[in-house]
Amino acid sequence: MSDTNATEMVLNGIGASPGICIGKAYLVDKEGVDVVRKYFIEKGSLLDEIKRFKAAVKKAKDELRVIIKNSNEELRQQSYILETHVVMLKDKMLYGKTIETIEDEGINAEWALKKVVSSLKSMFQNMSDPYLKERAADIVHVSDRIMKNLVGAEVVNIADICKRVILIAHDLSPAETSQIQLEKIKGFVTNRGGKASHTGIIARTLEIPAVLGLNQATGIIQNDDLIIVDGTTGTVVVHPTEETLVKYEERKIKYEEYRAAITRGSHLVAETTDGFQLPVMGNIELPEEVVSVIDHGGDGIGLYRTEFQYLNSSVFPSEEELFDKYMDVVEVIAPKPVTIRTLDINGDNAIAHVSKYDEANPALGLRAIRYCLQNPEVFKTQIRAILRVAAYGNVRILIPMISSYDEVCETKRILNEVADSLDKEGAVFNRDIEVGIMIEVPSAVTMADVMAENVDFFSIGTNDLIQYSLAIDRGNSRVAYLYNPLHPAIIRVIKHVADVAREKGIKVFMCGEMASDPIYMPILLGLGLDELSMNPQSIPAVKSMVRSLNIEDIKPFMKDVLKQTSATAVMKLVQDTYGSILYDKIYHE
Amino acid sequence: MSHTLSRDVLITNELGLHARSAARIAKLAQNASSKVWLIRGKERVDASSIIDILSLACPKGSKITLEINEESDIDILNEIIELVKKGFGE
Repeated sequence: MSDTNATEMVLNGIGASPGICIGKAYLVDKEGVDVVRKYFIEKGSLLDEIKRFKAAVKKAKDELRVIIKNSNEELRQQSYILETHVVMLKDKMLYGKTIETIEDEGINAEWALKKVVSSLKSMFQNMSDPYLKERAADIVHVSDRIMKNLVGAEVVNIADICKRVILIAHDLSPAETSQIQLEKIKGFVTNRGGKASHTGIIARTLEIPAVLGLNQATGIIQNDDLIIVDGTTGTVVVHPTEETLVKYEERKIKYEEYRAAITRGSHLVAETTDGFQLPVMGNIELPEEVVSVIDHGGDGIGLYRTEFQYLNSSVFPSEEELFDKYMDVVEVIAPKPVTIRTLDINGDNAIAHVSKYDEANPALGLRAIRYCLQNPEVFKTQIRAILRVAAYGNVRILIPMISSYDEVCETKRILNEVADSLDKEGAVFNRDIEVGIMIEVPSAVTMADVMAENVDFFSIGTNDLIQYSLAIDRGNSRVAYLYNPLHPAIIRVIKHVADVAREKGIKVFMCGEMASDPIYMPILLGLGLDELSMNPQSIPAVKSMVRSLNIEDIKPFMKDVLKQTSATAVMKLVQDTYGSILYDKIYHE
Repeated sequence: MSHTLSRDVLITNELGLHARSAARIAKLAQNASSKVWLIRGKERVDASSIIDILSLACPKGSKITLEINEESDIDILNEIIELVKKGFGE
């Protein structure tokens, strides 16, 4: 089967969509567009040059319209990207600027377009928001289409592919991906793009393996080459040997079995080999998401974010509105627990018409419990709804952003006051519910022993706790690389909170992103977390990982972890000790 | 008669002013008889340009101001405000 003339070559990129496929490469060649000549236009012919440009744009627009009309059912929702491209074609920053450049500099349309696009591209690439960074690609796709029409290059028609292939491209535009007949595509390999690119998103949606950001893919891989794409590890093997082929065929079967197995097992409890049961819960924001938690085998709701009702209306929601929304969740998942987190934003900013202040540092500003205690009426309305819904299921209340013990006492005082008044009114409610606090501010960590006296549980919010502890803004791309849950300081902080909770006889949960990655399970179990909560999609893999661990075995490993002095060293230790289980699980369950 | 009118609105959809939402604003603003401005903090851009809107990088929760120079564009202003308020129906 393998090509005897060629040697096996392994390429590493970004695994953007898991799974393995083996097949023939099909190159989507877009070269030719990259080679653009510059020449000057005589004054008298400038108008004709502008006309030529306008015609190329018009043609591009017509082409996109046809693609949108013919785009297949599965990707219909992606067609909004193409609609966006249609609007972009005539955008003054692109269209107007190019015409201006042709006129001002007396140059040909191709060169003017290239100039305008490269400055737009660098503007987007310098943005810190990863989503907007990727938008540079939209500009390039749009201009490529115009450019093709200008230079008269043949457009590769992906719709004509008629055999099952692995698509290799420099980059795939949404227009191109939407033209693909997906049953013909086994996998994607591209030079550009990352997890958040259109190709990455589409590949994951359709569960097709994809390795992106492979730099030289189109230079090395040739049409009809036999290749293996492993989207789990981000590996592409070109000209595999017979031996490699057999190995990957086996892995492929095992991966498919693994997917089926974790999905089948997701409804069972997550129990370690020595019998420790770890509740694995789901985080939700909308009541509808509760279905996804149930589907993925969640043992309850560990974090119900309640901001949405406040963000989507111009007035504060009424007690009845809140009660109804909470009821939707509590009723559906009962008797499993629902942890309702009270308002975690600055209400003034959320409700458009009362907006008064702009804060320089919103993360350190008036938000969450601080806002609620300053606006007790808003807070009491929410507490009333929560205590009432607690009569119909297993409800816990979670207070965010606690930074001092006074806030805990004041919150409890308001809770009692609300319960007393509900009692007087003869309302149906339950005042005996568990009250917990989010541990996300370093001062709450330090004061954990005091806090524990007055609450029923802690819930560690790793996202904010890491940001505040390490003084790192995750959204700032210049320092984001320093954000690391395995920083020894973070591990010690979590250990302190868990130790205090155990001493004081209260439970300690975790609801940040750290809880959703199987690789952190040995450490989280070792630190003694009682319950984890995560996005619903992560539940099956986390449960599956927990089942392969043993608490007794983790103890000596934890001792070593606590001796490490850097995040890199901790990661290496995790990989060395548990990497094989993790990767074995993916391929050998 | 020329009159500057403006309204504030909060971005409520999860993704903020991303490509799709910016395109919908730009489409509406292109029908105005005069300029429609989109303002965030100290920056002001032409609301008829999707690229300009994207360059403001408005995430969920940010406050923006829309401004028109002609009273006759008031319907377009209101239409954009409604669209943003509804979270672009996402």
